[in-house]
Amino acid sequence: MEIELNDLIADLQSLNQSLPDPSLRDAFHKIQSRVEHIADLVRAEPVRRSKVKDMSAEVVDSNPYSRLMALQRMGIVENYERIRNFSIAIVGVGGVGSVSAEMLTRCGIGRLLLYDYDKVELANMNRLFFRPDQAGMTKTDAAVQTLSDINPDVVLESYTLNITTVDGFETFMSSLKNKSFSPDKQGNGVDLVLSCVDNYEARMAVNQACNELSQTWFESGVSEDAVSGHIQLLIPGETACFACAPPLVVASGIDERTLKREGVCAASLPTTMGVIAGLLIQNTLKFLLGFGQVSPYLGYNSLKDFFPTMQMKPNPQCSNAACLKRQGEYILAKPDRDAAAKAKLEAEGPSIEEGPLHDDNEWNISVVDDHEPDGTNTTSSDALPEGLTHELPTADEFQNPVTPEAPINDNDDIDELRRQLEAINSA
Amino acid sequence: MEGWDPNTKSTLTQIPLLTTKSGPRDGAAWTVRLKEEYKSLIAYTQMNKSNDNDWFRISASNPEGTRWTGKCWYVYNLLKYEFDLQFDIPVTYPSTAPELELPQLDGKTQKMYRGGKICLTVHFKPLWAKNCPRFGIAHALCLGLAPWLAAEIPILVDSGMIKHKDDATSSTES
Repeated sequence: MEIELNDLIADLQSLNQSLPDPSLRDAFHKIQSRVEHIADLVRAEPVRRSKVKDMSAEVVDSNPYSRLMALQRMGIVENYERIRNFSIAIVGVGGVGSVSAEMLTRCGIGRLLLYDYDKVELANMNRLFFRPDQAGMTKTDAAVQTLSDINPDVVLESYTLNITTVDGFETFMSSLKNKSFSPDKQGNGVDLVLSCVDNYEARMAVNQACNELSQTWFESGVSEDAVSGHIQLLIPGETACFACAPPLVVASGIDERTLKREGVCAASLPTTMGVIAGLLIQNTLKFLLGFGQVSPYLGYNSLKDFFPTMQMKPNPQCSNAACLKRQGEYILAKPDRDAAAKAKLEAEGPSIEEGPLHDDNEWNISVVDDHEPDGTNTTSSDALPEGLTHELPTADEFQNPVTPEAPINDNDDIDELRRQLEAINSA
Repeated sequence: MEGWDPNTKSTLTQIPLLTTKSGPRDGAAWTVRLKEEYKSLIAYTQMNKSNDNDWFRISASNPEGTRWTGKCWYVYNLLKYEFDLQFDIPVTYPSTAPELELPQLDGKTQKMYRGGKICLTVHFKPLWAKNCPRFGIAHALCLGLAPWLAAEIPILVDSGMIKHKDDATSSTES
């Protein structure tokens, strides 16, 4: 195209010289300048930048990483280039997931794994990232298209599947375990899983996979009414898993007639989704690069601009077996953790000679540790007045309800049962 | 369960409850659960037939019993409307309910997620969660799909979104 345009410009120039009628010259110049303008536009067509081998801190216009490497000079991050060794799995490439993927891509993350089974629709255009011309593509394909343009250094893997199905889940698990990107890494093949899905089933599937693999993950969500959201860090065994605190099951007696016309369509706003994606990736970067504090839970209420934080311990009665296993391991590893913490404290330098802060203490004021004593001597608070008993068992000594051993009929053959159902079906 | 009609309630009490809490990745324990699923489905189908209230066919379409396909139908103004029914058993089953799909109605109603998954969020999922692991596929059909059809099909027919198969063929012939 560019060559043809150059030929056209040359032809016009030669024609200009042999133009007999000077009155036509003005119109001719107009045509000529328009062609040259088109040629300029063609030359300015996007050029894909080539891959960058090492991140440089050099401050030049052509360096895509200069502003990120400046984080080191500012004393925020010790070694920013480490980001190229990390792998992040993003489950759900929707309003939050796609923006999160773009943020990590622009930050120069090493590898991104993207999971989604949906297609881009025009109804998604109120959110960021996807473009109208991508409607009809799978979200994973569309994301790879855009992200590889933005930063070709990032290794992108896309999985177009539903992780709640048996097959999809197996692929999901094996992709998280795959260590081909960084064979020396401890644990799984990814450093963090980000759940950016929009439903309970998929969250439970991510929770199951991460509990089984002992994989740290972030959960994120935006409410159906689009005005609040949250992110939550889940470290299997150490913090509450997603099944530890089940959603409040409302005992709703519903009339069929009231069920009719609310519609399933949830509201969404690019702003709330962008804020949640920003909070999610900010905490991801803090987690990966080791700066600041990672929030265990951070809520966002946009109506009042309220950001609650909290911490949740795992539930010793959690219904998820893998979670209980991880909890057991975490308790067993406590001596090691304490030793490591002590060693770290000592490595940070001998504490300053602890002399008395004040030479005299006329009123005998002393500082008392306000930590609750651990373990055994908590009986005082548990003591009940005579005649009262706790209805529920104390959390830490959960006994399985004695289920009547169901007489398992080994005579029942699964094929026989299937035949029976078929017989009734065709009767 | 307040607010449910007495018919549904009495039907529900007759569907055998399940006891094994295991999902499709649990090997032998899943086989035990699958047997229970079959027994309760057989009992429910038989009950519907004897009450002259037959309204679905469902059978496992793979040997592992993780994918189910069949038909369901609803009678409105003396006409029978029949739809394909399909669903997968999720990996986190029975903690999460199966997502029942009517692919032919995809895009025709708001009360549906993409892929033809009917909306169970409000009327059924709380019940399922509270009764885990005692509810199975038969309960999902009785308490999830049946009320959805009862609420949606009349509206879809009245608004012309779906046509009876006789009308559909006659209109294409004319």
